[in-house]
Amino acid sequence: MISKTFKLLGSQGRAALIPFVTAGYPNRDVTIPLLERLTDVGADVIELGIPFSDPLADGPTIQRSSFEALQNGTTVASVLADLRAFRAGNDAPVVLFSYLNPILAYGLEAFLSDAVAAGANGILLTDLPTGADPKVEATISESPLALIRLIAPTTRFERITKVTHGGSGFVYYISRTGVTGARAELRKSLTEELDRIRSVVSLPVAVGFGISTPEQAASVAAVADGVVVGSALIQALDKGGIDAGADFLQSLRIGMDRG
Amino acid sequence: MSAETPARMNRFGPFGGRYVPETLIGALEELSAEYDAAASDQSFVSKVDFLLSNFAGRPTALYHAERLGEEAAHPSIYLKREDLNHTGAHKINNTIGQALLAIRMGKRRIIAETGAGQHGVATATACALFDLECIVYMGEEDVERQALNVYRMKLLGAEVRVVGSGTRTLKDATNEAIRDWVTNVETTHYIIGSVVGPDPFPRMVRDFQTVIGRETREQILEVTGRLPSAVVACVGGGSNAIGIFHPFLSDKEVRLIGVEAAGTGIETGQHAASLAVGRPGVLHGSLSYLLQDADGQVSPAHSVSAGLDYPGVGPEHSYLKDIGRAEYTAVTDQDALKAFHRLSQLEGIIPALESAHAIAYVLDFGAKYRDEGPVVVCLSGRGDKDVSHVAQIEGSEPLI
Repeated sequence: MISKTFKLLGSQGRAALIPFVTAGYPNRDVTIPLLERLTDVGADVIELGIPFSDPLADGPTIQRSSFEALQNGTTVASVLADLRAFRAGNDAPVVLFSYLNPILAYGLEAFLSDAVAAGANGILLTDLPTGADPKVEATISESPLALIRLIAPTTRFERITKVTHGGSGFVYYISRTGVTGARAELRKSLTEELDRIRSVVSLPVAVGFGISTPEQAASVAAVADGVVVGSALIQALDKGGIDAGADFLQSLRIGMDRG
Repeated sequence: MSAETPARMNRFGPFGGRYVPETLIGALEELSAEYDAAASDQSFVSKVDFLLSNFAGRPTALYHAERLGEEAAHPSIYLKREDLNHTGAHKINNTIGQALLAIRMGKRRIIAETGAGQHGVATATACALFDLECIVYMGEEDVERQALNVYRMKLLGAEVRVVGSGTRTLKDATNEAIRDWVTNVETTHYIIGSVVGPDPFPRMVRDFQTVIGRETREQILEVTGRLPSAVVACVGGGSNAIGIFHPFLSDKEVRLIGVEAAGTGIETGQHAASLAVGRPGVLHGSLSYLLQDADGQVSPAHSVSAGLDYPGVGPEHSYLKDIGRAEYTAVTDQDALKAFHRLSQLEGIIPALESAHAIAYVLDFGAKYRDEGPVVVCLSGRGDKDVSHVAQIEGSEPLI
């Protein structure tokens, strides 16, 4: 499903727009209508965050959304229930995005089968880098969910092929060292870094971390297969709810398609 | 299979590992290789040893605490005096080693997390000694209860960054330090203060701390002509405990007893007894016993002692628990406070609140070992830092 989406967009010469939202934020009732609106305004793939109490790869914005989502009573089970409801009327691919511990506590095999049943297409676990736990990784790879792998600017070249081994769907290139969060400046060397990755990886490459304006989205879309936006979208939601979030995402879509 | 094969990365049974963001993998591989090289480099080892004796003041004494023994109804209780180290705790054993490693790797910016402030002070001290930039992350609640150590760190030239997120204690200070490392990994070394975190930290910090147990083993043999019946140490992350336990691991007749913080009582849910009541889970880069709810969210820990106020524990302790080589128990805030007073009055030694948990265990159960031979307690730190906090708990105005 994810590959099909990238293939289709690729044939049109367009990059995928991939919003990240924390399930259950700003409240539990918002998640389903928000996901629907985001696909209406041009989201191609959705990253749906299952909140964790100790999001150590996240900056202040997603730390806060995770904290509040947990305060709102969001659980792994409630996120899967929301996904199932969204999936009833929408076929946009959804990648579940979380940390390992809530998934282990749920039970890995139970989680994978329940996530597939709810309509998930992929999974990304921030603290499960390639090789960290071969048994867990193999179990995920053998499930119908695409295992989305991350590549960082600090990933050595020899490791890049290893990183994507067992991965599918797309790879997520973290365009800078650091935690998630909107940034004014993006790395200038992005094109060269993507060339380096593409020389050994055949999966589509989405780029994230720090993208916050239509101009940034457009410049990333010009060289990458997908553009991930998280913290800036959450900040828009904070300012003006679903409407502001959807307007913001649409502005990125327009920027990207205009090139 | 090479040592770097990820599947084998020096786990302790199933525990440990490298559950970290991809950004840190390169740094952990580099650190691991550099540490292994340093550990077999005689000039590095000599330099650490030289500084431990001439700067930190090792070896520390093994003291026969006769009046404590009288009260505990065991005539042969010995205190391993880590409180006599420079900076007042065992933490300096590790920070000197890691600071020298950072210099080997060409990294001159150091970050650290701290709970009680002892590790922060020991890191700031090593950074002053070697002229390294030092940033220490500390939870807001701990900044309040360990004001003296905050001032000491600043005096030593460190920047103390107050962490107001989450539980505002050691757990969130560690999250913030990891976030800093993810951001500045190319220029920065993270000196973790306990036997926690991703590989190689648990085994590296352990190796730097086993000097405690090596000395203890020699000293007790020399003084009593025999091995102890039991070695007792407090466990938060568990670095002083692993340090004193490790050289006794193959001495099967020596019981190894780790004392966690039972806070206001295990039954109240307000405690830090990860090994007693936690379930294995992943936090801060490794798989270990962890206080967590049914949904895998990390539960807030509680202890009167900031250094034990942590929901996780070093992975090697989880392993020692599961194979039955070490036993773990827990002592309440109240009993630790009582022991804080008793040791001060009986021996003229004010223990750190962390170490007071181990003393409390011996006061309660020392008599049990009476006929089995000497008991060694790791007095991991001195209690000057806790004086103001304890006075406040007991109804006085803050002293500073």
